[in-house]
Amino acid sequence: MSLHPTTPQFKDNAHRALGDAQLQKALVNVRAGFMDKRAAAAARLPEFEALRDSARDIKNHTLAHLDLYLEAYAAKVEASGGHVHFCRDAAEANKAVIDICKSLGAKTATKGKSMISEEMGLNDALDAAGVKPIETDLGEYIIQLRGETPSHIIAPACHLTKDQVEGDFRRVHTHLDAARDISQPPQLLAEARAVLREKFLAADVGITGANFLIAETGTSIIVTNEGNGDLTQTLPKAHIVIASIEKIVPTLEDASQLLRVLARSATGQDMSVYTTFSTGPRRPGDVDGPEHYHVILLDNGRSSMLGSEFEDMLRCIRCGACMNHCPVYHAVGGHAYGWVYPGPMGSVLTPTLIGVDKGGHLPNASTFCGRCESVCPVRIPLPKLMRHWREREFERHLSPATQRKGLGLWAFFAKRPGLYRFATNLGMKAMALAARGKGKFSRMPLASGWTDYRDLPAPQGGTFQQQWKQKRG
Amino acid sequence: MSSAEKKPVVGLFATCLVDLMRPSIGFAAAKLIEESGCEVVVPPQTCCGQPAFNSGDRMTARDLALQAIDAFSGCDYVVAPSGSCGGMMAKHYPELFAGEPSLAKRAQAFADKTYELTSFLVDVRGVTSVRARHVGQATYHDSCSGLRELGVQSQPRKLLSSVEGLELVEMNESDVCCGFGGAFAVKYGEISDAIVSKKAENITASGAPMLLAGDLGCLMNMAGKLSRQGKTIEVRHVAEVLAGMTGEPPICAPDAGEKS
Repeated sequence: MSLHPTTPQFKDNAHRALGDAQLQKALVNVRAGFMDKRAAAAARLPEFEALRDSARDIKNHTLAHLDLYLEAYAAKVEASGGHVHFCRDAAEANKAVIDICKSLGAKTATKGKSMISEEMGLNDALDAAGVKPIETDLGEYIIQLRGETPSHIIAPACHLTKDQVEGDFRRVHTHLDAARDISQPPQLLAEARAVLREKFLAADVGITGANFLIAETGTSIIVTNEGNGDLTQTLPKAHIVIASIEKIVPTLEDASQLLRVLARSATGQDMSVYTTFSTGPRRPGDVDGPEHYHVILLDNGRSSMLGSEFEDMLRCIRCGACMNHCPVYHAVGGHAYGWVYPGPMGSVLTPTLIGVDKGGHLPNASTFCGRCESVCPVRIPLPKLMRHWREREFERHLSPATQRKGLGLWAFFAKRPGLYRFATNLGMKAMALAARGKGKFSRMPLASGWTDYRDLPAPQGGTFQQQWKQKRG
Repeated sequence: MSSAEKKPVVGLFATCLVDLMRPSIGFAAAKLIEESGCEVVVPPQTCCGQPAFNSGDRMTARDLALQAIDAFSGCDYVVAPSGSCGGMMAKHYPELFAGEPSLAKRAQAFADKTYELTSFLVDVRGVTSVRARHVGQATYHDSCSGLRELGVQSQPRKLLSSVEGLELVEMNESDVCCGFGGAFAVKYGEISDAIVSKKAENITASGAPMLLAGDLGCLMNMAGKLSRQGKTIEVRHVAEVLAGMTGEPPICAPDAGEKS
């Protein structure tokens, strides 16, 4: 998918999203669905805030020694009979996956939900190589039928309503009775399950992401609510794990602490329904499991974030809480962001991965309300990181010329208090006169971004400093 | 406090929006601070630098921070009728001087004496009630920076509960952003509009004829939207009601005798 970001057209994307009645209907559900559940889950656990501190510290420690933990992890995977492929970028990672598929003569690959797969554009690469990718997470399955991309990192089809999904199933599942009732979500789920069951059994390769990789044991962990991940990674001949390098944690104990904040932050569950640990291929005597076990470790620019002002972002455990609590995400949904990762975490990560020249809108399209940071399980200072992107833009003269000129003019006065007081006092009096007692302006040249949508209050006339001087000075 | 004791000197940082758009908030804030037993001074001032800081122009923000630190050096406290500018000064000023130890120390000392108005009154001065009267219902919007950077939530409500005749009616999602975000409101006007429209819905649904908040930026945004929608909800800064100074027309409302 998204090797061609539409992020530079963010404003147009947002405009379309705001006018899309179906999307707006679906977004109401997103707004209502996640926030109360997370708040209740956090409230049920007295040590939740302490766990967030601990989660932050575990990730910080890991990032400080990432090279050591990656080597230790790789050694453990190899020792358990698996293979690790370190890949610099998406192209290398796609090639590694395709080479494995070709070596096994694979025709189809089932897939668990993976955002790294989206970042790699893996489905297109597999298709082009003659391997059919089959998404098995219900949300991913739905958007694959529609030829879309995920609009949320844990709820990829949250931009759709159930009526739309019913329509898609009727369009695609033509072998089923046209008179069947699939008007309710459980019926849609049952139908998807039945259709997917055959695909699981027929697949040659199973591809999953990883929520965590454990250095101590060489284990990959996935959490799901549907169990599709288990079938994806257990039934086929080969299991390929695709993960980015910052998914490493040192020990099982560390992973269990992070799991305690992950589901609570994401969906408000105490734990996800399935938490699955995989360590290497099937051993002699195992009743099931893949014959081959590969881990694709993708860097894709992440190592350059280490030691930079963006390092905090590498703590992210992809729970989605930031977007679930973001007023901008609530307004425009995930697709408007124009690349793989939406919401506040996407606004920080996207410029890293596609360049700030293409991704620059995203860190600017924030009110800095701070709600994302207030719910982040690993306490990533998301507004601060977005501000760092604005600083990079400013330094590189990438911010719009009108904004720079306006800011420069304002700064000229703001740095000269005497001149500022004189000019503003006159200016405000003139503006107050221009409002002619109406108390507001319905139109204002150069401020149409404001007055197109709301009235601009008129100043009372004269400045506070001037009046204070007259009355008290 | 005994009359012999010297009153703390509070430097009122009016904020540029109050200075330019609505001086009555500055006078209301001064009255409240004086009634809490302090002396109020208004040193020459412009802007706290937040617009520059949030636009990525750290050098301008740093210059303006130094200007404010110098201007208020003689004050025991710095108080702003805004959680946004208050947050900039109390939380972000020290960040601007990373790697400059002596300036960073001054910035930290300045940050440590800086407060948002209602938090200063309640948390520092121990004010539990105000002498003001306003008969009717009002609803209160929690502005983001004050709420999440400075913990301003209970203080304005506590003070409002002491206003004679006033009944506080909570709107849904009072702690959700109004969509202002400074330059965001203009640069991404359409998205900002979607957010403030939702806020206006919640305000209207509360049934209160008056909206209060502690930040003029947010108030201008919400008042502007309600006005554009033809709503007659009276929008004011919380300080105006707490000080009993509601003589000026509300934000976006016409002068007495004028028709909008």
